[in-house]
Amino acid sequence: MLAYIIKRLLLMVPILIGITVLSFGIMRLAPGGPAEAQMEFSAKASAEARERLRKLYGADQPFYKQYATWLHKFVTLDFGTAFADGRKVKDKILERLPITLAINLLSLGLVLLIAIPIGVLSATRQYSLLDRFTTIFVFIGFSTPSFWLALLLIYLFGVQWGILPVSGIQSLDTTGLTLWGRLSDWGVHLVLPIFVSAFGGLAGFSRYVRNNMLEVMRQDYIRTARAKGLPESVVIYKHALRNALMPVITILGLSLPGIIGGSVIMEQVFGIPGMGQLMFQSVMSRDYNLVMGILVPAAFLTMLGNFLADIGYAFADPRVRMK
Amino acid sequence: MSKTESFTAQMLYYLMKNRLAVIGGTLVALVFILSIFAPLIAPYNPSTIDIKNVLVGPGFSHWLGTDDLGRDVLSRMLWGGRISLEVGFVAVGIATIIGIILGALAGFYGGWIDSMIMRAVDIMLSIPTIFLILAVIAILEPSIINIMIIIGLTSWMEPARLIRAEFITLKEREFVIAAHAIGATDSRIIMKHVLPNGLSPILVSATMGVGGAILIESGLSFLGLGVQPPTPSWGSLLSAGKDNIEIAWWLSAFPGFAILITVLGYNLLGEGIRDALDPRQRE
Repeated sequence: MLAYIIKRLLLMVPILIGITVLSFGIMRLAPGGPAEAQMEFSAKASAEARERLRKLYGADQPFYKQYATWLHKFVTLDFGTAFADGRKVKDKILERLPITLAINLLSLGLVLLIAIPIGVLSATRQYSLLDRFTTIFVFIGFSTPSFWLALLLIYLFGVQWGILPVSGIQSLDTTGLTLWGRLSDWGVHLVLPIFVSAFGGLAGFSRYVRNNMLEVMRQDYIRTARAKGLPESVVIYKHALRNALMPVITILGLSLPGIIGGSVIMEQVFGIPGMGQLMFQSVMSRDYNLVMGILVPAAFLTMLGNFLADIGYAFADPRVRMK
Repeated sequence: MSKTESFTAQMLYYLMKNRLAVIGGTLVALVFILSIFAPLIAPYNPSTIDIKNVLVGPGFSHWLGTDDLGRDVLSRMLWGGRISLEVGFVAVGIATIIGIILGALAGFYGGWIDSMIMRAVDIMLSIPTIFLILAVIAILEPSIINIMIIIGLTSWMEPARLIRAEFITLKEREFVIAAHAIGATDSRIIMKHVLPNGLSPILVSATMGVGGAILIESGLSFLGLGVQPPTPSWGSLLSAGKDNIEIAWWLSAFPGFAILITVLGYNLLGEGIRDALDPRQRE
């Protein structure tokens, strides 16, 4: 087991290097670096000043040197400063992370809360009315452009009925509010974003739970559990569901890049000042340090998620270890 | 069902028995036909500006209303469907071809070739696709062809994995070993013996991929990086409609619905093909 873990850890190194080289390469090789972006605002800047800026950002160095410098700083957790406002990348990320994290954790909670019972019910009652209904819902959920759903809800709840705010995470003026008032102000602002984020995930997740349940219910140990006279509820919730949820954990690990992508669009629709918005702005303005500061930790977390899921599998299934 | 029927005929038979797959296939065919014949069906010229009829709601003269320049929404959607489908098909084509080549090499040769390719897959799966797409589109300018290429370049991983898995099992089969024994070259074995037998899982991923690519294009358009106006794609129509969401809901609602219906069609069809290929699903 230990050998397997070490082997997997070693495999992460080339992947991580690949991730950083690829993303660093795309950002650096792009025409129009931050020096050029800053110059656009001051047409009078001389070629000399431009060169000074390029030197300041290290853009005059060859690619491998720029990469080495960046990597050296990065491994010491020095993410550098953002070009746009000169503030520390770490600070910028830390002030935005809680918002995105809160929205996604709440929507994930909502998804699990609804999707697991739905998945179990439609698996245990395969081809029932409920199963058919959820199957259709699942496909619609998969196929709905999330920002379109967001726009429709903004139109209905915000414009037509005027009962929910449609943009930002708090009201313009919250000075007179009590703590409770402030919390509920956040609450009403986050209802639509959380619901829309959960909508697509709900479909996918309940489908996974259903399919895994169906797979597990065919296994011999379920027949054994039934044969020895256990009540059906124990068979389903204790024996089947536990095993069915195992692969679902992998899906959680793998869904991180998707969540980031979803956040970019979602935060754009609802005007939420979170990580997605920060990432979008930083890519568009070629703010290298900022982009890499968001991207690499995110990719690392994704890899870590995969790693933990694989370890979990290896722990449960000796055949995986042997390969 | 007799055993002598061809593989395709068998698959079609099981597909036709699956009601959701039939619905999906119908949606796919319907959207395809409407897009092909858009120049004949569209009631108006999609780019004719009509200042007298700006932001007219859905009604008899304009079934789905008009936009802020008085252009007919239905006509623009019919033409936009051509672009959206084109993006979907070409992007999936690129992804599938790359996936088949890399997956076949990895699965057939194994060893360090396999390791290299699978690490590349891991790298691509760890980076949020949206970053790669945003970064490249921001560099290359968002033309239709660039969008198709970049969506294709960021979605080859699933087909590669599927083909690799097929190759790993197929290369041990007798007919492949026999082909080796009579001295067939590697490329001949890959192309003539293994690949034709390993293509069916790709059919599922490609079918669903078309829907996925259409969704990605619409997301990019929403961020202002998709197909650029005045060319209509469903994504660009939807994204143009969002600015007028307060006064003209139909500008956003209908293009989004077209995306939903189309993607739904491809997903249902893909799932149906998956079931039809899976012997366990056949009673």
